[in-house]
Amino acid sequence: MESYRAKKAVTQGLIHVFLIIFSFSMLVPFLWMVLTAFKTQAESTSIDPFVFFPSSWSFDSFSTVWTSYNFLYLYKNTLLMILFRVICAVLTATMAGYAFGRLNFPGKNLLFSLILIQMMVPSQIFIIPQYIMVSRLGWLNTIAGLVFPGAVTAFGTFLLKTGYQGLPRDLEEAASIDGCNIGQQFLVIMMPLTRSSMVSLGIFTAVFAFKDLMWPMIVCSNASSTTLSAGLAKMQGQFSSNYPQLMAAATMASLPMIVLYLIFQKQFVEGIATSGGKL
Amino acid sequence: MAKGKHKMTPSEKSQARWGLAFVAPTMIGLIVLNFYPIFNTIYQSFFKTGDFGMGNVFVGLQNFASVLGGNEFWRSLGNTFKYALIEVPFSIIFALLLAVFLNRKIAFRSGYRTIFFLPMVAAPAAVAMVWKFLYNQQFGLINNVFGTQTAWISDPGIAWISIGVIGVWSIVGYNMILLISGLQEIPHDYYEAAEIDGATGVKQFFKITIPLLSPTIFFILQTRIIGALQQFDLIYMVMDNSNRALSSVETVVYYFYTQAFTYNNRGFGAAIVVSMLVIIMLITFLLQRAEKKWVFYN
Repeated sequence: MESYRAKKAVTQGLIHVFLIIFSFSMLVPFLWMVLTAFKTQAESTSIDPFVFFPSSWSFDSFSTVWTSYNFLYLYKNTLLMILFRVICAVLTATMAGYAFGRLNFPGKNLLFSLILIQMMVPSQIFIIPQYIMVSRLGWLNTIAGLVFPGAVTAFGTFLLKTGYQGLPRDLEEAASIDGCNIGQQFLVIMMPLTRSSMVSLGIFTAVFAFKDLMWPMIVCSNASSTTLSAGLAKMQGQFSSNYPQLMAAATMASLPMIVLYLIFQKQFVEGIATSGGKL
Repeated sequence: MAKGKHKMTPSEKSQARWGLAFVAPTMIGLIVLNFYPIFNTIYQSFFKTGDFGMGNVFVGLQNFASVLGGNEFWRSLGNTFKYALIEVPFSIIFALLLAVFLNRKIAFRSGYRTIFFLPMVAAPAAVAMVWKFLYNQQFGLINNVFGTQTAWISDPGIAWISIGVIGVWSIVGYNMILLISGLQEIPHDYYEAAEIDGATGVKQFFKITIPLLSPTIFFILQTRIIGALQQFDLIYMVMDNSNRALSSVETVVYYFYTQAFTYNNRGFGAAIVVSMLVIIMLITFLLQRAEKKWVFYN
């Protein structure tokens, strides 16, 4: 019994060693990003491997990047893009998901197969025509242009449909006896029950929009009208070797989402994990 | 379903009305944003884009002939597969280890999970910038700590591995989360029975865990292969135009992006992306056939 217990303790210890080393390698890029952002340029390019910490914690790089790169605009654009995409996606997908999951209507199977086809096709195939449409609409360098391809979501419809299918059948019967029409049943009874699927879709949509690089680069070439991701790409071209400034920009761009993740961890993990690899 | 064989009852009628009204925004959106673009991209792939986007000229299959007849498409396709060859297996193997460890009663479990999942919420643009700095030949942390002078991202022989490592780092936590939820569905009695029969932990892992987890593993494998074949962000952010290793890591989507949007060669870009679509569809089809063969379903 003693040796069994000792063996178990050793196993646990080894697992912790592995997990700690792995955690460390996951965190190093983040730590290095933040530490470098506070360093002077000379310190950041020091070849002494033991200059890990800045000699003095200077916010200069943050303030330089903030003013010379209009970070306020980048935050605002990213926030608005995310907000509108989440509202559009959750609203349209929850309606369509309810219809596909709970109602019978002509052409249902055909329309649903279109949803499945869209989910299988790589999104790059849509981009050239989407760009041409946005430019014809005069939406280049606007929030509307950023939101455009995310106005509806096949994946979200699929997700919400699954959510609605999981609800018990008698709910609607009880409601229709009470004299509710389908719209009222949906709004008052059914929709509140799929709140967790809606939250998952909302978070997935937000993170996906936040991470997207190609679309904002294509439709928003102006430095003040683009998003954080695409803004970073632009900055890298300009400050290519001022590492404290680049890392300050990367820190500022990453921080909001990381803070939100740490607060709403459970919802984030669920929301992203339901995405089925689309991220 | 009412197929006109009988008159619809009022309740069926109202379901049909509400149903169509509820799917209308999504369906109209998908037609405008996705289905029209699919056909339009295919259409454009038969045209040579005129100067300033004006006066496109019909060229038949010429774009396809130059895409498929040229080196760059096949090279970038090969690079894309090379990237997938690093990202997919390693991110799954590490994720499997982490998932098995974190599925036990172990201290700081949720802390570890939080850390491993962290890259999923970071923008790839920011992640790539940091890694580019870490890999820097002169000032990079990696060379400094190990006292090496390796050109991690500008040596054509190494760069594809370095990029793949960033990919593994970015996705391993995501795979881990999916595997943990797969593990939690395996009934405990299986392990108890194995324990009574005297099966060791390693044996249990290969005889119980792996087979019962195979649907989850296959799902991840499938989605990650398709995802890896669309890699763009890392290449775009890490590789400068002047990087001599660029041609050894440039992916298909990167090639598409530069042709369609940097050089505004939209017809040519369309031909690249249509060719890619065919290849991805083919791979999806093959994976689905493989699934029937290899995956163990209860």
